[in-house]
Amino acid sequence: MPEDAIAAEVELDVVGVDSAAAAGGASGLSPGRLALRRLRRDRNALIFGAIFLLLVAACIAAPLWSKHVAHRGPDDQPSSSETVTIDGEEVPILGEFSGPNAGVPIGPTWQGEYFLGADSRGRDVMVRLLYGGRNSLMIGITAAVVTILFGLFLGIISGFLRGITDTFVTRGMDIIWAYPAVLLGIALGTAFALGGLQIGPITIAGDSLILPVLIISVIYVPYFARPLRGQVLAMREREFVEAARAQGMGNFRIMRSEVLPNLYSTALVFFPLLVANAILLESALSFLGAGVRPPNPSWGTMIDEGVSRIITAPYLAIVPGLMVVLTVLSLNVFGEGVRDALDPRGKLRLKT
Amino acid sequence: MARFVIRRLASAVFVLFAVSVLTFLIFNVIPNGDPAVRMAGKQPTERQIEGIREEWDFDEPIPQQYLTTMKKLFTGDMVSYFTQLNVLEEIKNGLPRTMALAIGAALIWMFFGVALGMYGALHPDGLRDRLLTILALVGISMPVFWIGALMNHYLGYELTKSLGFELFPNGGYVPFAENPFEWLHHLILPWIALSILFIGVYSQVLRSNLLETSNEDFVRTARAKGLSSRRVLFKHVLRNSLIPVVTLWGLDFAVVVGGGAILTETVFDLQGVGQYSAEAIGQLDVPPILAVTMLGAFFVVIVNAIVDIVYAFLDPRIRLDSGEAAT
Repeated sequence: MPEDAIAAEVELDVVGVDSAAAAGGASGLSPGRLALRRLRRDRNALIFGAIFLLLVAACIAAPLWSKHVAHRGPDDQPSSSETVTIDGEEVPILGEFSGPNAGVPIGPTWQGEYFLGADSRGRDVMVRLLYGGRNSLMIGITAAVVTILFGLFLGIISGFLRGITDTFVTRGMDIIWAYPAVLLGIALGTAFALGGLQIGPITIAGDSLILPVLIISVIYVPYFARPLRGQVLAMREREFVEAARAQGMGNFRIMRSEVLPNLYSTALVFFPLLVANAILLESALSFLGAGVRPPNPSWGTMIDEGVSRIITAPYLAIVPGLMVVLTVLSLNVFGEGVRDALDPRGKLRLKT
Repeated sequence: MARFVIRRLASAVFVLFAVSVLTFLIFNVIPNGDPAVRMAGKQPTERQIEGIREEWDFDEPIPQQYLTTMKKLFTGDMVSYFTQLNVLEEIKNGLPRTMALAIGAALIWMFFGVALGMYGALHPDGLRDRLLTILALVGISMPVFWIGALMNHYLGYELTKSLGFELFPNGGYVPFAENPFEWLHHLILPWIALSILFIGVYSQVLRSNLLETSNEDFVRTARAKGLSSRRVLFKHVLRNSLIPVVTLWGLDFAVVVGGGAILTETVFDLQGVGQYSAEAIGQLDVPPILAVTMLGAFFVVIVNAIVDIVYAFLDPRIRLDSGEAAT
């Protein structure tokens, strides 16, 4: 699992502060601008970044497709006698009643209705794919954002304040780190499935989509916060921090206005990778039944439904899987481009 | 060295204890709702719920509940209320299968990851290297259960249909004691499916480690002395770059046994520990999942500790430097 594979720690040197000077401070371009330039020249990254955005746009437009092209929703199940017109013929959606292909729902029609065919309950695969993509992408992106927010917070306070806070936070992360990612996801997903979660006055229902987001974030925070803490530890000893103290700034102020801005590039590098891994983890958990719960569609649950009927209709499993692969691949390629743009000296390396 | 080992083991014990507490809290305390109802799974009867409440001491204060849960787990007294089977027994039955899958895959991915990483590093940015990078990227973007299911269907089922004989079996597991050849036969596809992702990661990691080490002075010296690229790569660079990869491998192996194997086992129907817990999910059957989660995390902690100690043994800088380090 990539999430397991990123058990190798990503160690970053503090590039942010240096690169302005190193990259020819005389030209006067900020590190952010330089990075953007480098990124713009990276054709592969841009192409795949565009692919990802197209996928997101398509999934956002799910209701449009559903209403105007397919004329049915993601949960609409036809009766066994309902038919659809293909090449002038009336074909039953849920398959023939007899013969060698009895009960096999229609395959891709390449028409507006049932563009990619029907699943075992006669639901429009293309519509479900788009709605499922909405959920999968929403969960993936939100989980990545939450992970970065929590990771920044924990990494900064533990790396900067040291002492008890540091021990506390690092210990906590060590404990979460000890659980294999999928297993922890299953444990949390199953435990919260029935009754949901109650945080103070807020109750989150067992089948809410917020649960997978929180679960995935909890799992990934250690992977992000650890290298971040390392960076903060190094930053602490630098002159600009000493200078800020000499100016009379308190800890909180220094953390917020001196340390945090230098971590933005790290967060940017991690973001696409986190989204990619969150999507993979969500699909795995939903496949097992511990992530998105029916009737909410997601690419993971669609793969699950497809695999159970793989002998008669393999495309039901192939299609959602391909979407996942395409999405994750474009994020990975784009993420590499971002990393190369923000960290061209290749100081970013995978270290245990 | 001894001091390091003791400190490392003490740290491991602490984490083990914390893991047991956290797992207990996750299943019995944190979620909303009655733990006895949750433990009973789907559609329990009133009497079942009462019985469970008694058995697990859910009316007692939380520390007592924790002790009861631990005792049940480690004395093998835990039963699934859905299948009526003893949890520890089922885990013991599934373990050899999960281990066979994990160890085999780990060896395969280590071998190919290193080989491909070296291959790419020999001619960096050349055609072969770029092709390997692309393959690696695709490999890490595929959900393992998806590619596994497709392999099982097309190579195990469809191919068998068209060839007339079973080049690859259609899932299932044959114990080694029963038929060693069939045991191997049934594990080939699962091993490949599980390895793909890791080969992708490892080949890229090793490649970048190799290239980085290649820029160091001692390599320049070796080449100045007249050694060929290949010789330098094998004799000098590889050893240095290999240590972090080996420790990474140890960690990943532990994590695969603990959790990654779940998806592959389910898709190929290997009936290992992973599949056992996957089947429990559908029924919201808590005891198996609780047990597997705890034991999986325990395994990872122990393997981590061993790997760290071995690493410290191999690289003296670690044990002298430990404690304060950012890792």
